[in-house]
Amino acid sequence: MERRQQFFHSPLPYVFLAPQILIIAVFFVYPAAKAVYLSFMLEDPWGTSSLFVWFENYQILFESAEYLSSIGFTLMFAVVVSFLSLGLALLLAVKADNIIHGQGTYKVTLTWVYAVAPAIAGVIGGFLFNPHIGIFTELFAMIGWEFSFQTDPVDATVALVIVSVWKQVSVNFIYFLAGLQSISYAVKEAATLDCISDSKRFWTITFPLLAPTGFFLLVINLTYSFFETFGVIDTMTNGGPGGGTTSLVYKVYRDGFVGADLGGSSAQSVVLLLLVLTLTFIQFRVVEKRVHY
Amino acid sequence: MKSNKITDHLILMVGALFMLIPIWLIFASSTHNPNTIVSEGLQWLPGDNMVAIYDEAWNKSLGFSDAVTAKSMIINSMIMGLGFAFGKIVISMMAAFALVYFRLPYATAWFWLIFVTLLLPLEVRIIPSYEVVAGLGLLNSYTGLILPLIASATATFFFRQFFKTIPDELLEAAQLDNAGPFRFLIDILLPLSKTMIAAIFIIMFVVGWNQYLWPIMMTTDESYNTIVMGIKQVLNNINETSLPRYDYAFAMVILAMLPPILVVVLFQRWFVKGLVESEK
Repeated sequence: MERRQQFFHSPLPYVFLAPQILIIAVFFVYPAAKAVYLSFMLEDPWGTSSLFVWFENYQILFESAEYLSSIGFTLMFAVVVSFLSLGLALLLAVKADNIIHGQGTYKVTLTWVYAVAPAIAGVIGGFLFNPHIGIFTELFAMIGWEFSFQTDPVDATVALVIVSVWKQVSVNFIYFLAGLQSISYAVKEAATLDCISDSKRFWTITFPLLAPTGFFLLVINLTYSFFETFGVIDTMTNGGPGGGTTSLVYKVYRDGFVGADLGGSSAQSVVLLLLVLTLTFIQFRVVEKRVHY
Repeated sequence: MKSNKITDHLILMVGALFMLIPIWLIFASSTHNPNTIVSEGLQWLPGDNMVAIYDEAWNKSLGFSDAVTAKSMIINSMIMGLGFAFGKIVISMMAAFALVYFRLPYATAWFWLIFVTLLLPLEVRIIPSYEVVAGLGLLNSYTGLILPLIASATATFFFRQFFKTIPDELLEAAQLDNAGPFRFLIDILLPLSKTMIAAIFIIMFVVGWNQYLWPIMMTTDESYNTIVMGIKQVLNNINETSLPRYDYAFAMVILAMLPPILVVVLFQRWFVKGLVESEK
């Protein structure tokens, strides 16, 4: 709907827009453009000379076994974390929506983890999985699993997944519960009359009605697993053991910031940019559908 | 039906325990002597060292080169969280105001430029961003920590959507009374947006407090450490000493989480509203 009534002063809107636009230009657009530019250059670490090398940085990147295994780890990690945290949150939200007494208490106890920083979650995880003082080593030993997240990449991945899921469940829970509570009482009542079985009612009525929320959350969760888990990885495993838990974002940071490989790191940045573009595109297609739902 | 309810409660309780136990273990263990932790592992019940250890963490520096304590880092985190939330709200409201209430040439172009920030998270421009901030001489400063982060597409769109729901008649009435744009913004829009602002403030405060990668890059001077990034230093220190001060590290972890958790729990309703509405 177009607003009929507006102010006309001509320079004023620019004054209001200026701070936002300036920050975006200086701190977002220019650095991103520079990253794209650098990804086509070969520069010595001191920045004294540079050479235009077309796609050489990308070629080196995709021929590097390290980078390919990082892609593999990131995708696997993102899919596992997203599905586990969505599934767990959905289960809890459905149960919380069912009950009447004590719903408020459960809501608070299940949502406050939202406030814990990924980096802090990683530190806590590091303590809980610590072979000397943690509780998980003993727990896994009881089922005959010699758990050692500091030396075994698979164990390290398991530990990272548990911590990342722990951190993410609360956000999903909030959205799912909000989604469930927006289903009208009439629909729920009609469904109860038509269908006695709880699980059948869930899969045929509730689940389809929640699908738009679910799709939207899937994108949010994938973005979280790709980007925000940096803090968890940096405090728990440092990308190890043996590079086994180096996600793409962790690698960009390591190669560019710590390792000072400008061209290579910039090429990695551009790959990530394409990833964000794809996710945002999907998200907006889904949001569009959500609105028309 | 009855037994169903019991299973529901059981599942929810297991979920709640899954959320609570990690924090409880760290808290209970923080109140024990570090020797106990080293020899017996994490503790389920609180010890008797609580006051002493939190006093030490708050006032004494351990493993930092300067006089960096939980207190100094929490002050930095406060500045970061508040500056981040306040900055985002101010510049987003202003931008949304310009987009909704003015006949703006190229409005769509501006809209897309703001939208672009969503596509450019820090990780896709990590080195050049560092160079820009360094070039402006903003490394190791609060401005450098906060200013580059406060552009926000989500907050701008959030306010834009909200302003669009405000009836035109209000603006007509304001114009009849000869109120200019500033007057209208301050006297009418601002009071109407109060709950929206509160909701988004809570989310943004938590997000700002929890920043990690950006402060790591922007600060080399430990006096600018926020508590979330400072934890890493505490951790490194623990791994290097023969008798690790676990109690100190645990207390730091608890102190680092406490403020944002309190905010989220105390303002639960606004927080949920802000989260659900801002992502629409």
